[in-house]
Amino acid sequence: MRRVLIANRGEIALRVIRACRELEIESVAVYSQADESALHVRKADHSINIGKAAARFSYLNPDVLLDAAQKTGADAVHPGYGFLSENAEFARRCQGAGLIWVGPPPEAIEQMGDKAAARKLAAQADVPIVPGTKGTIAPEQALAKAEDIGYPVMLKAAAGGGGKGIRIARNPDELQDCVAIAAREARAAFGDPALYLEKLLVSPRHVEIQVLADTHDNVIHLYERECSLQRRRQKLLEESPAPALDAGNRERMAAAAVRLARAAGYTNAGTVEFLLDGNGGFYFIEMNTRIQVEHPVTEMVTGVDLVKEQLRIAAGERLAIAQEEVPLHGAAIEFRITAEDPDSDFHPSPGQITCLEIPGGPGVRLDTALYAGYNVPPFYDSLIAKLIVWGLDRREAIARGRRALEEFAIEGIHTTIPFHLHILENPGFRQGEYHTEYLSDLALA
Amino acid sequence: MSDKTIKAPLPGTFYRQPDPNADPFVTEGDEVNPGDVVGLVEIMKSFHEVKSQDSGVVERFLVENEDTVEAGQDLAVLGG
Repeated sequence: MRRVLIANRGEIALRVIRACRELEIESVAVYSQADESALHVRKADHSINIGKAAARFSYLNPDVLLDAAQKTGADAVHPGYGFLSENAEFARRCQGAGLIWVGPPPEAIEQMGDKAAARKLAAQADVPIVPGTKGTIAPEQALAKAEDIGYPVMLKAAAGGGGKGIRIARNPDELQDCVAIAAREARAAFGDPALYLEKLLVSPRHVEIQVLADTHDNVIHLYERECSLQRRRQKLLEESPAPALDAGNRERMAAAAVRLARAAGYTNAGTVEFLLDGNGGFYFIEMNTRIQVEHPVTEMVTGVDLVKEQLRIAAGERLAIAQEEVPLHGAAIEFRITAEDPDSDFHPSPGQITCLEIPGGPGVRLDTALYAGYNVPPFYDSLIAKLIVWGLDRREAIARGRRALEEFAIEGIHTTIPFHLHILENPGFRQGEYHTEYLSDLALA
Repeated sequence: MSDKTIKAPLPGTFYRQPDPNADPFVTEGDEVNPGDVVGLVEIMKSFHEVKSQDSGVVERFLVENEDTVEAGQDLAVLGG
């Protein structure tokens, strides 16, 4: 591997460029017409224009990306997160074109991307799953199945993910009403009307395990991240260790994640997501077959560079670290800072950055593609920066987070910095007692 | 002739249909009233309705489906 094309933009493109640089691998940035002046374009060794601003013409277009890889002489493709990162067909086409795919095998992407198939595999691997239908169901089966499972239930699109395409029914009448709509929405959003039904856990916590697997049959976990602080099912803040886990549960959950990765024939970096109920029970929900937005939290507490490991694994190397050598040191929190106005129902706020003052000092990491004068385009995700802080314990991480957020000044657009400062004052959050419904229960978001 | 126009409320990508397989919200010659939805603007992966502020007949669109638009840009001309 000597030249990696990064099929992404923004902070994650920059993150991959940094990993490439440290491994002395050349990087190729791709950019749409809206991203000509983006930082990742300037920091990469090579760059190439891939077309119109709307993502479906550029960052979501396999043809132009494969063409760009060929034109720039790349021998590998790193997809980042979002866009085509979990598109098995794109992975397959990259491999077919002789490129190294920096990610899991297309078959594993496919299997985990089909939620019903993933649940089935989890059950086979003795990984606990949320009670629900064994496979996808026809709409007319829904009522009988829901009686078996018990209300409230969730209707999910088999091809869904990222919190999209989910409906909730508290009783048979509500289920009747939403089955047809859910099937139609699933078809519209994912081109696949298949649904499955699952018991709805009330106010659960979201805890996920990071795994790494090489092509030499080594699979390790890098402990957990807790991502329970969510707004409309979108993660706002993540931390490790999870306040919700005790040592026994941590060990059991991590072992379950490793079993699932092995059962799937998984390689590269992946994340196994679980819901945790109030009694310490945990249930597999899905596996994300890519690097995650919140990966730096794990990097801060383990010291392992996950993106460099991704590149090394894809190049056929062995994992750099054995399971018993993975430390879990201190506590880390990531704040997702988006170009949204928290005072105005999180309304999108693209535009020009007129002034930028970045936080620093001990235990502070900032992953961002912002610079003063940069114009945040309206076409893509609103995530503009990830502020990650580390402390010897959670208390120090929280204090450091507040200090760093106070130092961080972004002018010209609205951001969620004030919202994060507000969260850090919340007694429930400070005590580590929060769950996925916490913010909506508080009517904070 | 009148110079009434429908403007983009936000910057982003303009769509004339609710989804790619659907019919356009309105076509040239259709009558619109204040509050009628004539398109969508996608901004940072969320969709916002574009509504007419006035009554009139849609004379012509000044932008194509999926064009990039600026906030306040004229999208369509209303006559009558």
